[in-house]
Amino acid sequence: MAKKTALYKQHLDAGAKMVDFAGWEMPINYGSQIEEHNAVRSAAGVFDVSHMTVVDVSGRDAGVYLRYLLANDITKLDADGRALYSAMLNDDGGVVDDMIVYRMSFGYRLVVNCATRMKDLSWMAQHTAGYAVSILERPRLAILAVHGPDSIDKVTGILPGAQVDAVKLLGNFRGVELGDWFIARTGYTGEKGVELIFPDQAAPALWQQLIAAGVRPIGLGARDTLRLEAGMNLYGHDMDDNVSPIAANMEQTIAWQPENRDFIGRAAVTEHLARQREGLLPYLTGLVLEQRGVLREGQKVITDKGAGIITSGTFSPTLKHSIALARIPVNSQSCQVDLRGTLTPVRIVKPNFVRFGKKIFD
Amino acid sequence: MSKYPDNLKYATSHEWVRVDDDGIATVGISHHAQDALGDIVFVDLPELGTTVNAKDEVAVVESVKAASDIYSPVSGEVVAINEDLKDAPETVNSQPYDGGWFFKIQISDEKELEELMDAEAYAEHVEDA
Repeated sequence: MAKKTALYKQHLDAGAKMVDFAGWEMPINYGSQIEEHNAVRSAAGVFDVSHMTVVDVSGRDAGVYLRYLLANDITKLDADGRALYSAMLNDDGGVVDDMIVYRMSFGYRLVVNCATRMKDLSWMAQHTAGYAVSILERPRLAILAVHGPDSIDKVTGILPGAQVDAVKLLGNFRGVELGDWFIARTGYTGEKGVELIFPDQAAPALWQQLIAAGVRPIGLGARDTLRLEAGMNLYGHDMDDNVSPIAANMEQTIAWQPENRDFIGRAAVTEHLARQREGLLPYLTGLVLEQRGVLREGQKVITDKGAGIITSGTFSPTLKHSIALARIPVNSQSCQVDLRGTLTPVRIVKPNFVRFGKKIFD
Repeated sequence: MSKYPDNLKYATSHEWVRVDDDGIATVGISHHAQDALGDIVFVDLPELGTTVNAKDEVAVVESVKAASDIYSPVSGEVVAINEDLKDAPETVNSQPYDGGWFFKIQISDEKELEELMDAEAYAEHVEDA
């Protein structure tokens, strides 16, 4: 039977169209994906992302273990509450998953994808030998993401006083533990906002308060167009077990220093980087189509340097034309996409399209 | 608004047809089709004057979710296209049976209409799908 979050009834009440998402019955939209998208860019929206997997890592060796498990380096987290984006690689340098890691008072909290839950948990368990570490999945935590220019005001208008002060002071990519609640300035939209991770029995009440305050419910459909406009990768589309982070615009998320830190996949991605510099490994870039038509995942790309593929594509509601992420040969100058049988020229741009409601590429 | 108005005929591929007294068929997509596609962002229509056969792919709808071919339910000549959809494709979502029509065809073989479903049969077709 499909899994449901603590907000299943609230989604139906809000008129959600529910779809199966990796075994979870989740809202794809509540009527219009484009209106929801625009609400996040112009005001505030709330996403129920409780289907995502929360894993708490604690124990004496939690830090040492994660420095081996993850491609980014958790020693960059110099205070509790701070957040880091990281890939978890396999020995061949493919991406097992991507995640946000928070430093917590008890150790570290990882938020990983729900579709990769079993694989991730087993991969993590396989690599604990020799480490005094405890790995605890937290299925009863709800996650609400509230994003948009008005999001902080809306959230602080609802939370109890002590929490309000703590949240107002948060910088980007920082969070705060308040009892069994955790609130962080992180997200997946390119807008400011917070993610709240808290016991799921409290979710319906908070949801109702947010809706009553004028925060709009946002489905997974708009979540995808928002993240793509923000140039953020989606696991299973822009990268997976067989794609190097070097070919997925994730080189900057690998902590190459210090050189003596061994992490899983290090030798492989070091070689991938060298191969890319010789032109032998593709890279992930942005494409824009400024005429009619929509770029879609899986469409073939032809450049002056060879063939590539669109890994994510959509109509951008903010820009009112299509955008895509594509894996294409390095140093490509000109580019065409096979749009339903017609080779159509597209422009290669940096893979960031919209930030804080505004176009950010040239 | 009824989900499937009684005065229309429907194709299994989710187009509707309204035949006027002058033998001209207006074609659009059903409420079910627009709902399944989600927000529509582009509609590519056939050229005026094109002669089409029933079940030919004659138009394309692009939504945020997917591209979808539109088939002509009847044979004949394209005598009008809905130019308003160029700037306001979302009309297909908001008014699938009125402002959201796609094109008009001068029917060459009225017998083809008999192969289409009435509203009741189409409602069942959609529920079974």
